[in-house]
Amino acid sequence: MRLSTNYMGLELKNPLVPSASLLTEKLDQIKILEDNGASAVVLFSLFEEQIEQEDSSLEFFMDYGTESYAEALSFFPKAHEFHTGPQDYLENLRKIKAAVNIPVIASLNGATPGGWMKYAKKMEEAGADGLELNIHYLPVDFNETSADVEKRYTDIVSWVKANVNIPVAVKIGSRFSSLPAVAKALEGVGADALVMFNRFYHPDIDLEKLETKRQIDLSRSREIRLPMRWISILRGNVNVSFAASGGVHSAKDVLKLIMCGADVTMLTSALMTHGPELMKTIEKDLIIWMDENEYQSISQMKGSMSLIHSPSPKTLVRDNYMRTLLEFQATKKA
Amino acid sequence: MTRKMVTIDGNEAAAYIAHKTNEICAIYPITPSSNMGEHADAFSAQGRKNIWGTVPTVEEMQSEGGAAGAVHGALQTGALTTTFTASQGLLLMIPNMYKIAGELTSTVFHVSARSLAAQALSIFGDHSDVMATRATGWGMLGANSVQEVMDCALIAQSATLQTRVPFIHFFDGFRTSHEVMKIEQLSDKDIKGMIDDEWVIAHRNRGMNPNRPVLRGTAQNPDVFFQGRETVNPYYEAAPELVKKTMDRFAKIVGRQYHLFDYVGAEDADRVIIIMGSGAETVEETVNHMRTQGEKVGLLKVRLFRPFSIKHFISALPASVKQIAVLDRTKEPGGAGEPMYQDVVTAFAEAAIEDYFQFEKMPTIIGGRYGLSSKEFTPAMVKAIYDELLKGKPKNHFTIGINDDVSHTSLEYDPEYRTIKGDVFRGLFYGLGADGTVGANKNSIKIIGEGTDNFAQGHFVYDSKKSGSTTTSHLRFGKDKIQSTYLIDKANFVACHQFELLEQFDILDKAEDGATFLLNSHLNKDEIWGGLSRKYQKQIIDKKLKFYVIDAVTVAQETGMGMRINTIMQTCFFAISGILPRDEAINKIKGAIKKTYGNKGDAIVEKNFHAVDQSVANLFQVDVPTTLSGSDANRLIVPEAAPDFVKKVTAEIIAGRGDGIPVSAMPNDGTWPTGTTQWEKRNIALEVPVWEPDLCIQCNKCAMVCPHAAIRPKIADGKAFDGAPATMKHTDAKGKEWAAGSQYILQVAVEDCTGCNLCVEICPARDKTNLSRKAINMAEQRPLRETEGANWEFFLGLPEVDRGNVKHETVKGAQLLQPLFEFSGACVGCGETPYVKLSSQLFGDRMVIANATGCSSIYGGNLPTTPWASNKAGRGPTWNNSLFEDNAEFGLGYRLTIDKHREHAIELMKLLKDDIGAELVDSIANASESNEPEIFEQRERVKAMTDIVEKLDTPLSRQLLSVSDNLVKKSVWIMGGDGWAYDIGYGGLDHVLASGKNVNILVLDTEVYSNTGGQKSKSTPLGAVAKFAAAGKPSGKKDLGMMAMSYKNVYVASVAMGANDAQTVRAFMEAEAYDGPSLIVAYSQCIAHGIDMSKGMDQQKLAVDSAYWTLYRYNPMLAVEGKNPLKLDSKPPTRHVREYSMNETRFTILSRINPELSAKYIEASDVAAKEKYAYYAKLAAMSYDEA
Repeated sequence: MRLSTNYMGLELKNPLVPSASLLTEKLDQIKILEDNGASAVVLFSLFEEQIEQEDSSLEFFMDYGTESYAEALSFFPKAHEFHTGPQDYLENLRKIKAAVNIPVIASLNGATPGGWMKYAKKMEEAGADGLELNIHYLPVDFNETSADVEKRYTDIVSWVKANVNIPVAVKIGSRFSSLPAVAKALEGVGADALVMFNRFYHPDIDLEKLETKRQIDLSRSREIRLPMRWISILRGNVNVSFAASGGVHSAKDVLKLIMCGADVTMLTSALMTHGPELMKTIEKDLIIWMDENEYQSISQMKGSMSLIHSPSPKTLVRDNYMRTLLEFQATKKA
Repeated sequence: MTRKMVTIDGNEAAAYIAHKTNEICAIYPITPSSNMGEHADAFSAQGRKNIWGTVPTVEEMQSEGGAAGAVHGALQTGALTTTFTASQGLLLMIPNMYKIAGELTSTVFHVSARSLAAQALSIFGDHSDVMATRATGWGMLGANSVQEVMDCALIAQSATLQTRVPFIHFFDGFRTSHEVMKIEQLSDKDIKGMIDDEWVIAHRNRGMNPNRPVLRGTAQNPDVFFQGRETVNPYYEAAPELVKKTMDRFAKIVGRQYHLFDYVGAEDADRVIIIMGSGAETVEETVNHMRTQGEKVGLLKVRLFRPFSIKHFISALPASVKQIAVLDRTKEPGGAGEPMYQDVVTAFAEAAIEDYFQFEKMPTIIGGRYGLSSKEFTPAMVKAIYDELLKGKPKNHFTIGINDDVSHTSLEYDPEYRTIKGDVFRGLFYGLGADGTVGANKNSIKIIGEGTDNFAQGHFVYDSKKSGSTTTSHLRFGKDKIQSTYLIDKANFVACHQFELLEQFDILDKAEDGATFLLNSHLNKDEIWGGLSRKYQKQIIDKKLKFYVIDAVTVAQETGMGMRINTIMQTCFFAISGILPRDEAINKIKGAIKKTYGNKGDAIVEKNFHAVDQSVANLFQVDVPTTLSGSDANRLIVPEAAPDFVKKVTAEIIAGRGDGIPVSAMPNDGTWPTGTTQWEKRNIALEVPVWEPDLCIQCNKCAMVCPHAAIRPKIADGKAFDGAPATMKHTDAKGKEWAAGSQYILQVAVEDCTGCNLCVEICPARDKTNLSRKAINMAEQRPLRETEGANWEFFLGLPEVDRGNVKHETVKGAQLLQPLFEFSGACVGCGETPYVKLSSQLFGDRMVIANATGCSSIYGGNLPTTPWASNKAGRGPTWNNSLFEDNAEFGLGYRLTIDKHREHAIELMKLLKDDIGAELVDSIANASESNEPEIFEQRERVKAMTDIVEKLDTPLSRQLLSVSDNLVKKSVWIMGGDGWAYDIGYGGLDHVLASGKNVNILVLDTEVYSNTGGQKSKSTPLGAVAKFAAAGKPSGKKDLGMMAMSYKNVYVASVAMGANDAQTVRAFMEAEAYDGPSLIVAYSQCIAHGIDMSKGMDQQKLAVDSAYWTLYRYNPMLAVEGKNPLKLDSKPPTRHVREYSMNETRFTILSRINPELSAKYIEASDVAAKEKYAYYAKLAAMSYDEA
């Protein structure tokens, strides 16, 4: 039984990859993930804001009020070597690389082309086996067109690709006017993989305080249908690796996504809920299912249900939408 | 040997040598010496070793007295030990200094000489502090420049080990301590070459050791003390020659030759000035210039002032000298003359019969004072002194540099006299503290100093405000050594970094013909001419200035630099000054940026690089027209309505013309009028609050938190608004206590507001259809200035509320009371001043305030203006600052006077009972004054009594009238920061608390020495990074409240108005009402915390919600009633301390330096906070029932 899979050139022993989250921040956690069967790990993201703003804010507050008044020309001692978020990230990456045997994918999260992108190169130098560019962008400018937004993505990816030699995955959201065109464009600028999809955390309102509040909801299994659909549409038409992300909780979820064309499946919510040992259960269940259904390998089933290979392609596109509604109405009437 | 050239200031130069040559530094912060201790601490934190290979220990003490004690102890046990101090700090060391000298102990104290507080405190430089120690038996070695500081620090260290005489090594505060200069840094080899190991070992061997026990510090009796005192004479006899040899040894190693007395000038000089300190540099510059004019003048620089060697002194002078002027930078009122003058006269008198007396005739010797409190001392003044010496009977005991029209001591001088050479770059840079001008200039000096063969000098002048302060940088560069120890008054480069400053000062009055003028302006090169006033246009044309503009604000915004225009203006300076080739300069700026910000992340470096590139692209030369077009409207410094004194004196100081104020205009005993900030319209806020009456719930929270009393409510009858300006807003007053038709108004003093945003943040009222709109919102100040200025004037004319009709114990009520503390120069968003203001609202008409030195004494009492004000009846707080260390005792002294005079007044009333009437006497003597109405009634009774007594006109009646004010309650307030209350003044504070006397102590707790730049105090919390706690303070905050409660009879409150403003008001009311000592510890956010100051009140709430800060009131009166005196006002904690501390740079720095330790401290803080809360909760829950 071969569970191995190739993800953007990385040979992985199985398709179970913990995605960037609080679980992939520290070395001891990552070792636990490795021990429980993770085939690779995407590190906690380094954010554009950490690179661009956090340092400025430290500088701002240490500088505030200085050289203004003769008795107090400064307010903080000077003799410091600071750990900056980015430096710590790279140091952490080095330590993790030295301590684990699975591939380590560094994650860089940003949305505006700028100086932060240089950290891609630094991550490569620190030993990352691959890079995940998480482009998390929420347009609020009413003059920015879809084309402008898409250009952000391709600009960032093409700059990064021109500057690193390790494979680069791009984690995107699902809400593009034409996801296939975007995927094609990203392939065109050199993306080695697409990670589908980013989950947007939508803020809530606190009615007591009358202010917005941050809210994180863990994913649920049924959410895999979104990556299932899109991976299956893209598979075979866009020549990159695919990682499915969002809603992977069981072996069945993994099987479905692989069949749609995913090379790997990424997990966070399930691991947070059930613990890292869940991966062992999934791996075991995968083997049982494949054994029962006489599959030899993951690669054998990969993309077997994608749009171009699907025995019922219509269920994947508009026809499916109409039929679903009609069937639902019929059930209600009955 | 080529030595490293460094561009540093005098403090760093001294600290460098002190750190290399000592094992222990016991220190305490005091301006202008604090930086020496900070440098030593930073060197040790970096792991720098002394020349014997060990990292010196730096220990911050609780006072200079404590530092001296620790130094004495460390010396007595054999360690090489030093300290750094100035002014009052040095005075506190005097008792130990006598002991250290009496025990023949080797040490050097490095002193940045500063004025002693007399009629006023001054942080600036003169020799009054070091002169006050001249009887201690210490050697005194003066350095005149930054290079000499480094050299003389080493010479002093070497000499003290050889002579066993302890040394003060001193240099002028600010002029030398803060002047940045390019100098040669002594190497370890140089330093080792000056100190023999055997001297060090001998010093250690003299240390106390139980393996060879001795007894020191005995008490001696009349039989032997005198003889014992005379035993040291041989050491003082030998010392000058040993110092001379040390100087010679230094010359051999380093190449610079110093002498005990250095003579410069004509070999056949007839006139000589004798001087010590940085002024000698200016005299030397003048002598050199005058000699080119053929004048026979000379200068004797006194280096070794103690022990004073008459022989060396006399021998250093040319035999030709006929007239001598001795210049002292100190004043000894009532003395036969100033100290050095007296020594010189004595020396001549003694030497007259000696062989080495080489003069044909005793020269004429006069003494003069100059440069007190860093008063300018210029070549023009030096020239005037030499000219005076030509007179048959020159003026003795003269002053120079001021206009003394009272005692007529001053010499006149020609202010146009100059010695400057044309090839010296002289640049003046006007900026704001907030825009980083000084930092950029320090950077430029380093670039030029270290990157070229130019000599470089930078001197920086700051104003006395903590918000909106202006800075002036004076930069000189040149091929020759720079000796101009005075400000630039003819500049060949002038930069104005803020357009608004054009209105405030005459920016171009010091520009010389052909100078370059760089202006940061929102107007471009084509618009700028029309935007300049006629005064500037005329100067630009007449002086043929080369005029450049840049819109640095836009460049800063577009390149992500925010308000910091420093890098941009620095780049422009290099681009047009021609000091370095442009490309080279830009590369060097970028190199410096990398060095400065490299440890804070790449992004910030990139951002600065981008700003540099954009600066050059946006810098334009202006084609100067030949005709004038601007208007000549000059803004009045203070309004017409200001009192005469304010117009004559205060306004001159505000305008930067204080140097011209004659002696006769100055108060002779340090007494100044109050209520003067109201005349100084500073207009420093870019945005100010605007009131929306429809949304306002009239809670007055905005006024409560306002640090500057710039937003105020009033309630007045509707008719009072007749004739109000059209834009004035008011609305029906809410509350049953107000008569129908009463109107509520919330008015902003937009010209006094600093734009801190605290009021908007605290405002709880929002528009239900648009939650982003509050009852007050910030708006641009400029368009509102005129209309709101007029509204403010009208508002002031509205009657104040009837104090009897207001609930003082509520926030809403207290804020309707007139603040008698307004528009201080405190920082934008200051956490202290809202409490100070509150006290003035509640008790201002009867307050007598003792204010410890620190932020509150600076914003409360630093000229030109004071925020302390009076009400329409002319009553208001009366305020004084004694010292840093004695404030509680000082305030207790007030109480003693009031109590004594009250008692005596009653005695006198009783003697005059027949005239006054027994009933009135009894009612006054036995009156209750526990609240304002009762105090009001007592005032009426006392008035009735004094009306009678005034008519008597007898010795007794006159006696009674002189003390009768004390029959009405006075409220004694003792205020200060935690540096005072927890550290230097704690002993006195404790004593006053124990006295049982009725005083109110307000501790403005910022948890750090804020005024001197953030040094740790015993109030600093666990894990906070502060100066002297660079790795986070490893111990927790002292619980001052708990210590005070242990006395049982002290009222104690812990308050944080951002968390519970009602509790704050109640605490102030109860504290004042309590007839005994009261202590209020008030949480005060501070820029030294490194927070967004507009969120200061939110931080207070987080502090309380996490139990980092506990709110409580301990009222001994409850115990008298059989109740538990402690009321815990904090709710049980709901948050982790982390949520509070991670908003503050003082804590987050540590998470960036040492994340593990930071996490450990934060956890420990949280545990301690919760434990403290639980402990207080238990105490508050204890039953006090008699059963």
